[in-house]
Amino acid sequence: MIPEIGHFALIIAFCLSIILAVIPSWGAWRRNTGAMALAPGLAVGLMVFVGVSFACLATAFLQDDFSVKVVASNSNSMLPPIYKFSAVWGNHEGSLLLWALILSLWTAAVALFSGQLPLLVLSRVLSVMGAVAVGFLSFMLLTSNPFARLLPGTPADGNDLNPLLQDPGLIIHPPLLYMGYVGFSVAFAFAIAALLGGRLDASWARWSRPWTNVAWGFLSLGIMLGSWWAYYELGWGGWWFWDPVENASFMPWLAGTALLHSLAATEKRGLFKSWTVLLAIFAFSLSLLGTFLVRSGVLTSVHAFATDPARGLFILVFLALVVGGSLTLYALRAPAVTSRVSFEWVSRESLILCNNVVFLVATITVLFGTLFPLIMDALGGGKYSVGPPYFNAVFVPLMALLAPFMGLGPVSRWKKDSTRRWRQELALPAVVAVLCGFTLPLFNASYNLWVALAVALSAWLVLGLLRDLWYRVRGAATLATGLRRITPSYWGMFLAHLGFAACVTGIVATSQYNIEHDLKMSPGDTEQLAGYEFTFIELVPVRGPNFVADEARFEIRRDGEVVARLAPQKRRYLATGQVMTEADIDGGLFRDLYVAMGEPIGEGGAWAMRLHYKPMVRWMWLGAILMALGGFTTVLDKRYRRQRSPAIAKGAVHVAQA
Amino acid sequence: MSPRLKLFIPLILFTGMALFLFRGLSLDPRELPSALIDRPLPDFNLPVLGQERLLQRADLVGEPALLNVWATWCVSCRVEHPYLLQIAASGVPIYGINYKDEDAAAARWLAELGDPYRANIADREGSLGLDLGVYGAPETYLVDAEGVIRYRHVGVVDERVWQTILQPMYQQLSASGDRG
Amino acid sequence: MHPIRKQRLYLVLFIVLFSSAAAGLVMYALSGNINLFFPPAEVARGMAPVGQPIRVGGMVVENSVVRSDDSLAVAFELTDYEANVTVVYEGILPDLFGEGQGAVAAGRLDEQGVLRATEVLAKHDENYMPPEVAHALEQSGYDEKGKAQ
Repeated sequence: MIPEIGHFALIIAFCLSIILAVIPSWGAWRRNTGAMALAPGLAVGLMVFVGVSFACLATAFLQDDFSVKVVASNSNSMLPPIYKFSAVWGNHEGSLLLWALILSLWTAAVALFSGQLPLLVLSRVLSVMGAVAVGFLSFMLLTSNPFARLLPGTPADGNDLNPLLQDPGLIIHPPLLYMGYVGFSVAFAFAIAALLGGRLDASWARWSRPWTNVAWGFLSLGIMLGSWWAYYELGWGGWWFWDPVENASFMPWLAGTALLHSLAATEKRGLFKSWTVLLAIFAFSLSLLGTFLVRSGVLTSVHAFATDPARGLFILVFLALVVGGSLTLYALRAPAVTSRVSFEWVSRESLILCNNVVFLVATITVLFGTLFPLIMDALGGGKYSVGPPYFNAVFVPLMALLAPFMGLGPVSRWKKDSTRRWRQELALPAVVAVLCGFTLPLFNASYNLWVALAVALSAWLVLGLLRDLWYRVRGAATLATGLRRITPSYWGMFLAHLGFAACVTGIVATSQYNIEHDLKMSPGDTEQLAGYEFTFIELVPVRGPNFVADEARFEIRRDGEVVARLAPQKRRYLATGQVMTEADIDGGLFRDLYVAMGEPIGEGGAWAMRLHYKPMVRWMWLGAILMALGGFTTVLDKRYRRQRSPAIAKGAVHVAQA
Repeated sequence: MSPRLKLFIPLILFTGMALFLFRGLSLDPRELPSALIDRPLPDFNLPVLGQERLLQRADLVGEPALLNVWATWCVSCRVEHPYLLQIAASGVPIYGINYKDEDAAAARWLAELGDPYRANIADREGSLGLDLGVYGAPETYLVDAEGVIRYRHVGVVDERVWQTILQPMYQQLSASGDRG
Repeated sequence: MHPIRKQRLYLVLFIVLFSSAAAGLVMYALSGNINLFFPPAEVARGMAPVGQPIRVGGMVVENSVVRSDDSLAVAFELTDYEANVTVVYEGILPDLFGEGQGAVAAGRLDEQGVLRATEVLAKHDENYMPPEVAHALEQSGYDEKGKAQ
């Protein structure tokens, strides 16, 4: 019964989304206030019904209703309840429902928190989001109904959730990632609404900025969690694979980063108007493209769900409609005349331009590398694969190029700055940064030029930021009043740039100083690694709720002192028989010790073992968290909360009608 | 170039990419080239499940048929089983290869879930499976009237697979068989 | 020239230069880092280049996996039922690797036609289970000790 309610709620939500896509936009066209005023109510209704539908599917999972097909193939009665819940989105149908739920949440959030928006704009924005919802809900109802039953032939027990997905990180990774992905639909909707209205001024940039920043923050968190999950769950200590699915989430992030900066220039200076609109379309298009790549099976990936060409075709048609439609609209409506606002070469604008070019080129190189196998296959050139070395080779120089300009950005002034002022402000940070770059890596056993470069660039970013912060607070009577004067927008930028510096340092240090030993070990054996003694104590069988495992007990000493005890496992999940490596990690700010089991070798209890020493690997995730916090902080800025009164919004409509 | 035309560049680039994506839909990146298509079914001499008699290659030849590799240890076989019953009910001959399985368990399975098979070859050691190049179960082969393998489907046969792939090929094979 | 025009000219120049540098970088990175897939039959026919990074995929031949007793070196054969390719690899094999199962090895062919693999990936499909794993699963389900092998 409950699945039928869920299915029914989904159908109602689908109808609501059609109404939301049609009526308010018709109202906006005919200037019909009544029709436009329906939009917020419809948006909330959409959220309620998608929410009911989601709750029904979650109930089916929690109650082990194996007559529902997705439950039977992705859950099992032995599964711990929390994983039964996360299994809801551990499959194609359920993850689409999650996608739709998050889209409806964003839509309702726009409806509820946009009191200051003119009704005309609000109705257009909500209509565009409603149209996106129509696409996703019809996709679900036509090709991937999550409530399909297995009647007759209900199995006694389910197939179990893929063991790789039975992990705390994977409970929140997809929701966060989708919050980011789907959140770009808000920026997209604002851009389309602005194109439809023909008013591409600073106000649309101001309205969409907080939404974009929050979505970008969620996406950063989501990507970070995915990387963290791969690190400790896939069992070989890698944290980024340039896998098509990872790229699918990374490309919107890159485009979104360009969009954030470009929006700032559009809001503050009225510059790059059409360019910013285009970036907003890009960011969301790349989110949709990512969905297509993951769901259609055109690319192989460890992440891919079971795929189906019919679904792929549906998403491709949807993609063509949304992206093709919005780009056509862009071509017809974007202002073709260049803006009259000018700026000097030495100014913040040109640095933002620099950021945009670097991030856009980075997006395109990742896109190209991801699609290259597909293009070659389509041209009959054979089955190629593009490995991580390609991405590293193009990405590292791009980021290295970015960092020097990035240090200048926060310090420089809009419109016109002078190189003399830059020299005055930044000479000291530059010198100190270079010194740091030369000296800090000396503390490690081996000197490494890459690390020196990374440290110098990061120090340059951090010192420049601190110097700028100092200039901003020093005029105040006390430090506290000085700090209080600084806007949340500035703090957001500060945190995000700081996070980027931490991330770069972590990535370079861990890639360069990482030590990995793969070797055969018997109980009692000891191995030296980076000054640590790893002793394999014993091998014990253990039993979990839905798996059995061999557990290796390790003791790790440094200078005779025990610093950690690790117990990696080799699990065999009972329902599927799938074998899984469960690594164990002793984490720290400056180094991780990582042990994973390979396979048994010969008789006598010897195993292949993977021992890692990973310095500063956590910096990159901490950096990503800082970046996300930065994205969230900017929303607190007062200027996004001004003009809250509904009277002004109504007034705007009257003006529009007159 | 006029400024307005420049704004069409993103649209044109996207259209090009969409064409590639469309082409990509019809390609399977995971496809392993199969060496067995259009080769004759290998010879074998194996017992029929639950019976004393032996079955040879010659017994299967004569009309187009499906050859379904299954086992009781195979969870997905349970998923496709009801569908095989439907296909068999529509008159399509299906031979089973009970792959690396126990006879008793297999007999119990057929008694419980129904038996869509003309006959079942008990391939206890997986020797026929090895000759056929079976990766695992389920797998389904389409064999024509001359005993030549025409198609191999890896994975579950469901409505979509049957209606879009197997059935059209089967009908074509039966039609040409009737003429000849 | 009008200052704004001049600025636009520089801007376009900058973007063109930067993009072509990036394109060059992409081409350079691509040339050394892509590899083509070959089925064993094509390797046997000598169609695969020696010393270039390639991938070979097929089924791991039963009883062909040979492990060293004192290191992580392992050798096995991949087949597409037309021809076999010997693969040698040193390191830890993925969880899903097994005899009679699909695998893809990436590496370079040596003069003897042996693939010196730097990476081995197991193919995997959730709806498609090799018999050995399923058997092991059944046993582990009933085995009180819960220990496999």
